[in-house]
Amino acid sequence: MLMHLPVLVVLAPLLGAPVVALMRGSTWPWVLSTLLSWFSLLCAVLLLVQVQSQGLVIYTMGGWEAPWGIEYRIDFANALLLVLITGLASVVLPYARLSVEQEVGTERAPMFYAALLLLTLGLCGITATGDAFNIFVFLEISSLATYTLIAMGRDRRALTASFSYLIMGTIGATFYLIGIGFLYVMTGTLNLADLAGRLPAINESSTVRTAFAFIVTGICLKLALFPLHLWLPNAYTYSPSAVTALLGATATKVAVYVLVRFVFTVFGIDFSFGMEPLAEVLIPLAVIGLLSASTVSITQPNIKRMLAYSSVAQIGYIVLGIAMGTAMGLTAALLHVFNHGLIKGALFMVLGAVMYRMGGTSLSDMQGLAKTMPLTFWAFVIGGLSLIGVPLTVGFVSKWHLILAAIELGWWPIVIAILVGSMLAVVYVGRVIEAGFFGEAKDPTRREAPAGLLIPVWILIFANIYFGIDTRLTVDIAEAAAAQLMAGGIVR
Amino acid sequence: MNNHMILRVVGKFLIPYIMLFGLYVQFHGDFGPGGGFQAGVIFASAFVIHTLLFGVRETQKIAPEWILKAVSSAGVLLYAGVGVASLFLGANYLDYDVLGAYPVAGQHLGIILVEFGVGLTVASVIMLIFFTFAARGEVDGDVS
Repeated sequence: MLMHLPVLVVLAPLLGAPVVALMRGSTWPWVLSTLLSWFSLLCAVLLLVQVQSQGLVIYTMGGWEAPWGIEYRIDFANALLLVLITGLASVVLPYARLSVEQEVGTERAPMFYAALLLLTLGLCGITATGDAFNIFVFLEISSLATYTLIAMGRDRRALTASFSYLIMGTIGATFYLIGIGFLYVMTGTLNLADLAGRLPAINESSTVRTAFAFIVTGICLKLALFPLHLWLPNAYTYSPSAVTALLGATATKVAVYVLVRFVFTVFGIDFSFGMEPLAEVLIPLAVIGLLSASTVSITQPNIKRMLAYSSVAQIGYIVLGIAMGTAMGLTAALLHVFNHGLIKGALFMVLGAVMYRMGGTSLSDMQGLAKTMPLTFWAFVIGGLSLIGVPLTVGFVSKWHLILAAIELGWWPIVIAILVGSMLAVVYVGRVIEAGFFGEAKDPTRREAPAGLLIPVWILIFANIYFGIDTRLTVDIAEAAAAQLMAGGIVR
Repeated sequence: MNNHMILRVVGKFLIPYIMLFGLYVQFHGDFGPGGGFQAGVIFASAFVIHTLLFGVRETQKIAPEWILKAVSSAGVLLYAGVGVASLFLGANYLDYDVLGAYPVAGQHLGIILVEFGVGLTVASVIMLIFFTFAARGEVDGDVS
């Protein structure tokens, strides 16, 4: 069993989705998808342990050796991502039952859970595979699942949000595919490790450089880097609460992983940062993105939309870490991928609970929440502090590493930008907390959210504190992953 | 379409041959050009012609939506199930060699089953997508 772990992570949702789609009602589809997501999480954790002892786990599909066949190639970076994706799915799915019954309806519930499983499958597949075209296939699976999930939102605007994401996402995927086509023409291979071995000899060719531009642009569209982020706020605001939690925590993070994989493993640091102006392009965009999106957050009346803009800002921090091109920068980026997944997953789930009781997520719905829904509100407070980056939370750990990485390079303006970004976060989180504590409750008779929503929320909040205090696990893995990636990732 | 006698007669005449050709492409796939995806599209196109000639409601009597949904899921399960079978026989996922008495026999069986799964899903999903669009604004079972 243990040697099949890489495929089992992906296989569980693949087998589950068609079965769930045929079920009726909302209880059994929920039970089955929850159990499957737990199984996937178990596999991902065991896989991470395996990677820690072996450094690299390779699984050949159908017994065909790479580069002829497709191989799954798990190192520290994707093992960490797999734990994040399956972990978030394992918390979001138990949480989904109540909010789905209210927001999506029993009739469409089986299709909803099937699409959610397909989304998990696609994200895990992108992360696990070592084949460039296979990444594209899984990217399409996860994207199509996302479009349907967003469109299931209660608000009619969910349809236009889903459609504009469909257009932007397809453009991104097409750019990626064009880039892969160029690379295939030049090298005759689609295997990532094989590509990495063959590309240095033909670095000078303009086809390879064009391929690099297409791939980076395409992926940046999927990860919503400023100014390619315009699809994100609507998509997050209007999709069902459970979907926003899973998407906000994992979808853009997986795109970040693909960017890292291509920049560091496939093209290599010398090419990406030496021959191509990657840092010169990404750093200004990341800084403008994190400052402008944080500023826009402050003015948003809808809190879900505010957090969506905050996600764009956080992508700015992550891309900043990648664009530094150093081991420390990369460590910080990978840490923030994991930690921000925990933060945003928790915060969006809190908003789902507010939605469940108050029927909306605007600032007026948050008024006086400290009295009517104290547990929900305190979860928001702790999650918000983590988003700001207060010590003893995960947000602090990753921002601390990012600042250390910037100081190591002597980039003081960047350090200031990061600190200003955190100050802006204080303002936009602060006004929600202010409304919650000092605002007059709209309807003082509203009660606390049910336990089915609160328990998953608090599990994630505890994870935010736990990984903020005991940083050994996450920092060690992120450092090991960064070391592997800096070495080109070719550990045979 | 009631007054297009020639189209209806010719269409009815063509439908079985289109289906037969679909099946040929399906089961010839492991020897020559062909395979589940193409076969599924061809097979579904027979139903599309039927819809154009007789209206969505008539076609949906032959291929009701719930059956199509079941078949589309069954196709995926068949594909994934072949992979699980090789897992249980001690090989890697989707390794066909262990499915038969000797590797070549296993590969034949594996490819046929996997492609059949693809064919089932593609055919039923194409019909489902087509019906979804064709049934919009539907009055009295006639596509106009």
